Amino acid sequence: MEDEGKDNIRIGVYVCHCGGNISEVIDVDELAEFGGKQPDVVLSKQNTHMCSDVGQQLVVDDIKEHNLDKVVIAACSPQFQGATFMRAVEKAGLSPYVVQLANVREQCAWPHYDFPELATEKAKGMLSAAIAKARFSEPLEKQTMPIGKRVLVIGAGIAGIQASLDLGDAGFEVYLVEKEPSIGGHMAQLSRTFPTEDCAACILSPKMADVPANPNINLFTYTEVDDIEGYLGNFKVKVTKKPTYVIQDKCIACGICEEKCPIKNIPNKFDEGLTNRRAIYTAFDFAVPGKNLIDPDTCLRLTKGEGVCEVCERFCPEDAINFDDKPEEEEFEVDTIIVATGFDIFDPSEKKVYGYDKYNEVITALELERMIVHSAEGNPIRDLGKKIGFIQCVGSRDEQIGREYCSRICCMYATKLASLLKHSNPERDIYIFYTDLRAYGKGFEEYYKRAQNLGVRFIRGRVAEVFKNSDSDKVTLKVEDTLTRMIIEDEFDTVVLSVGLGLSKSTDKIANMLRLAKSGDGFLKEAHPKFKPVDTNREGVFLAGTVQGPKDIPDTVAQASAASSRAIRLMNQGEYPIAPIIAFVHNDLCDGCELCVDECPVDAISMSSDKAKVNDAICTGCGSCLASCPRDALDLHLYTNKQLLGEITNALKEKKEGETKILVFADDTCTYRLADSVGTAKLSYTTDSIIIRVPSGSRVTPKLMLAALKLGADGIFIGECEENASPYPHSGGAIKENVAKVHEILRKEGVKPERVKFVQFVTVMLGGFVNNINGLASIAMEAGAIPQEKRDRLVVNINERLFGEKYV
Amino acid sequence: MKLPYYPGCTLKTKAKNFEDSAIAVAKELGIDFIELPRWNCCGVVASLVSDDLMRLLAPIRNLIRVQEMNKSGLIKDEYRLVTLCAMCFNTLKRANLRVKENPDDLKKINDFMDREEECYNGSVEVVHFLEILRDTGFENVCKKVKKPLKNLKIAPYYGCLLLRPKEVGIDDPEAPTIQEELLKALGAEVIDNPYKKVCCGSYQTVHNKYAVASLSYDILTHARQGGADAIITSCPLCAFNLDNRQKEIIENHPDFTEIPVFYFTQIMAIAFGLEEDVCGFDLNWVDPKPLLRERELL
Amino acid sequence: MSDKIKISRKNVEFLKKIEDLSGEVIMRCDQCGVCSGSCPMISEMDITPSELMRKVQLGQEDVLGSKAMWLCASCFACTVRCPRGLDVSKVAEALRQVNLRKAIDHIDLKDIPDDEIKRLPQIALVSEFRKFTG
Repeated sequence: MEDEGKDNIRIGVYVCHCGGNISEVIDVDELAEFGGKQPDVVLSKQNTHMCSDVGQQLVVDDIKEHNLDKVVIAACSPQFQGATFMRAVEKAGLSPYVVQLANVREQCAWPHYDFPELATEKAKGMLSAAIAKARFSEPLEKQTMPIGKRVLVIGAGIAGIQASLDLGDAGFEVYLVEKEPSIGGHMAQLSRTFPTEDCAACILSPKMADVPANPNINLFTYTEVDDIEGYLGNFKVKVTKKPTYVIQDKCIACGICEEKCPIKNIPNKFDEGLTNRRAIYTAFDFAVPGKNLIDPDTCLRLTKGEGVCEVCERFCPEDAINFDDKPEEEEFEVDTIIVATGFDIFDPSEKKVYGYDKYNEVITALELERMIVHSAEGNPIRDLGKKIGFIQCVGSRDEQIGREYCSRICCMYATKLASLLKHSNPERDIYIFYTDLRAYGKGFEEYYKRAQNLGVRFIRGRVAEVFKNSDSDKVTLKVEDTLTRMIIEDEFDTVVLSVGLGLSKSTDKIANMLRLAKSGDGFLKEAHPKFKPVDTNREGVFLAGTVQGPKDIPDTVAQASAASSRAIRLMNQGEYPIAPIIAFVHNDLCDGCELCVDECPVDAISMSSDKAKVNDAICTGCGSCLASCPRDALDLHLYTNKQLLGEITNALKEKKEGETKILVFADDTCTYRLADSVGTAKLSYTTDSIIIRVPSGSRVTPKLMLAALKLGADGIFIGECEENASPYPHSGGAIKENVAKVHEILRKEGVKPERVKFVQFVTVMLGGFVNNINGLASIAMEAGAIPQEKRDRLVVNINERLFGEKYV
Repeated sequence: MKLPYYPGCTLKTKAKNFEDSAIAVAKELGIDFIELPRWNCCGVVASLVSDDLMRLLAPIRNLIRVQEMNKSGLIKDEYRLVTLCAMCFNTLKRANLRVKENPDDLKKINDFMDREEECYNGSVEVVHFLEILRDTGFENVCKKVKKPLKNLKIAPYYGCLLLRPKEVGIDDPEAPTIQEELLKALGAEVIDNPYKKVCCGSYQTVHNKYAVASLSYDILTHARQGGADAIITSCPLCAFNLDNRQKEIIENHPDFTEIPVFYFTQIMAIAFGLEEDVCGFDLNWVDPKPLLRERELL
Repeated sequence: MSDKIKISRKNVEFLKKIEDLSGEVIMRCDQCGVCSGSCPMISEMDITPSELMRKVQLGQEDVLGSKAMWLCASCFACTVRCPRGLDVSKVAEALRQVNLRKAIDHIDLKDIPDDEIKRLPQIALVSEFRKFTG
């Protein structure tokens, strides 16, 4: 499938100015001229915006007019506009894989904007490398994989409910799994919602009722996800339905069992522990399913054994009690997954200075929501008194406890709670102590003003401490009113902590199972902060709701619909496109040694007629098998040995006398994106580096590293995802082994092994990337130039050194 | 157990009652305080600016003495340095952390102190006596109690330098419990109060004594309102501000009743049933003896 | 009565000087006021700790004439509570040092009455003089 034998390769080179982003730093004329002079290049042009219609049409026309086989574009990151140019060349009748991008924007002009001459020189090296990669590219066809119409939605709060309804209505089969006995999530606990003051239960209930009514939704409540394996189009899900001990079909929720149950004092989680429930209970009054269940930790019969109590069984008119209920395991397959596992509120016991654990008068906003609901229903839980203070930013915007982010909704929910308290008793004196009042959304500023009109007092100051003076029953709050610089120290009947949001604890298990990355703030990370807000780093897995970050209900619903739409986009046509990064075997080189078979982490290699054979459907394209082949028979489509070697050779060819050059092999999922982010943030690092894209660091075989050192590399850096963010979780181990082998050879030859380094990143470690690259370049520079004889010796007897005598 | 011990200036004179009671109590618990030879001023107060290395010489020199003690055999393999005065503790520990985190600064300091026989190598750990009590277990304290302080209601008082900043403090700065645990082990009733971690005014007492008196008034009044008979402290400056400055408090609040201020080691000594003279009560400004006699502890 | 101020190069330089000396990125202070609410000496101060930070942020050198920084007891209550991770006590120290390094001591032994000197424990005198002399 390669262009071997075809001497007459015709390459077109294009240098994009990117509206100044590139041309303001790099001398684009010089670059275009350089490109034009390279072997096999028949034309070299420039354009201000290659990605525009005009730019793309230029490429299409040139391919036809000049009979180009390969196209190289010096422009932005392939992760940014790669797909655009692939579509353009396809339009002209070529394979989308013969176009290569030299990333001279994110990885050259932007990080090196202070050094235009050096940047131009580096851009030449990058362009030359891209030309080599294009020269050896295979005109592969786009591949597709079949995909069904089944979706797993984890979490049935408002996000999960909305996503499931959207998907169900669109004709997709939904498996909605919720760990609590009822769907509804935290929204069911709220009293009213801002800024409209709608009753939360009233607007949520009909949505909740729609779920079991939808014929396409398979609802699993009180069910935990145990394991998820597989990939897009092929996820295998194992769940366990926890035993309810009440036959759900028979239960009519009459409530007699609850009346009779002798265990009365179990703190009710739905009410944040403010009220008690029985051992047999319903989750809440508008729960869906609205059935009873028995708590196995507190039920006398279930804890003490047969014959004890069993009152509910005696009195149940429908004979629905079943003490022999067992957990049920279920397995099903889905094509895409939406994670909507929501948030937990910040536990204010961590912020001891506000006295939540010590003083009854200090409550959380969620507890207040429940109190307001109970009050409205005529069952007040307690008298909140006349003077109430709200403390904002509890568990948010606080470096002392490691929660630096803003939780987004607290300013508004405090305004809402204060307004509700004022409505129910205008005599109340209510204060909100804030640092900034964030009323950014639709109707928010107006709502804030209405609250001010009602007489809610907003005081700008972050509360320093809440305590009780020994001569008083009430809590005292101390704060500086920063606008007048006066210190307020005053007593309150009730202090409400506006607690922030954090990722729900139960999400960790799911995130680990699915190997999803987390952002710096601890929430699950979206694939791209601007353009892919609901995708994750794993194909086919989407996020919806507060699991991705704090947000209010309208934003959650919007995200849920967005996630459904993204899932539908992949599934709707019955097949989806994949990049054919698949391992393959050069049969003429394979000698049947079978070393590769055990290396593959997904068991995609088997032997067939004494030759290794790769199963295309299973291969994930990590490239780790290549390091196990002594004959270089194993290769990887889109990142072939010829291509990578060509890139490396050309990148180093431009190296000048006395220069240091380090090669950075960046994995596509994390490190390459990280490098792009570093450039986008305009952080600076040494121009002595060139980044080479690989699907995974495990593609970088010891032979490749040693060849690079021979060809002039002074340092080699391999960057890979951290395990829990990587689509190739075994790569870390494989890369460590490869690097260790190279270190051993370097030591023997008297070359400083510190020149070859491997680091695992997550995509937020911008500073980490810069420091590592600069650090390695320093090490290489200090260690001095490696004499060519030493370089040459690194590749002598290489098979013997790497595989043993047997494989010489 | 033998521990290198750093007394500091005041504990040898105006706060001798602190040292004497501490040494006696430690001995009772099987701990020998071996005083640092040739110790000098701890260097209080720690410099808070980024460029001042001179102020680190004094504390680091003391840490070198610990190394020397080990070398000369005065102590065997013990690099923990125990202190009693909270200010000395904070200054020494802060200096120690600073040089451990900045090896370049340490090198400069070592090079400068070229007349010292040894360089400081970062091996010392500065601890406060309360930490030693916590680490060896308050049950051991319990075991030595002969006269449980059951009729005594005591308010803990930490001041600031025992708890802050976080990297130096011996306990949670917002909700410390170490003194409470000690008091419980001694059988006393603990009077918790929110002013236990509020600064006493520290060195401001030299030229702003009425400001300090006002702070002490707040601290002591809240302790008393909570029911406390007495208050404990671990710092000779806190002791002065809370104890001696009651004179100034009374000037401004004539109806203020005096409240005794103990070093925590003094009441430990009482609880352990030790001789009264190790407590040195004549150095306390408010005489605590009437209270102790009333509660049948003396 | 409010003054009009300009923010000139000189003001920026003053801010930079205090930032360097204290080692704190003073511009990160968002004026939340937790430091003031925690300060035990605040009732004596002419400006609050957050106001002190504000003046430094605006490069107002007249902050060097305030009483507040001399009333700081270095108790670090502000340090453990600042949600931006800033150490206000270091800023106060930097401001004091600017004055003290001009060889202007803040206190004089002669001003302390003899009976006080006899009464005071050494630690009080040692720490006071270390803090307030150059």
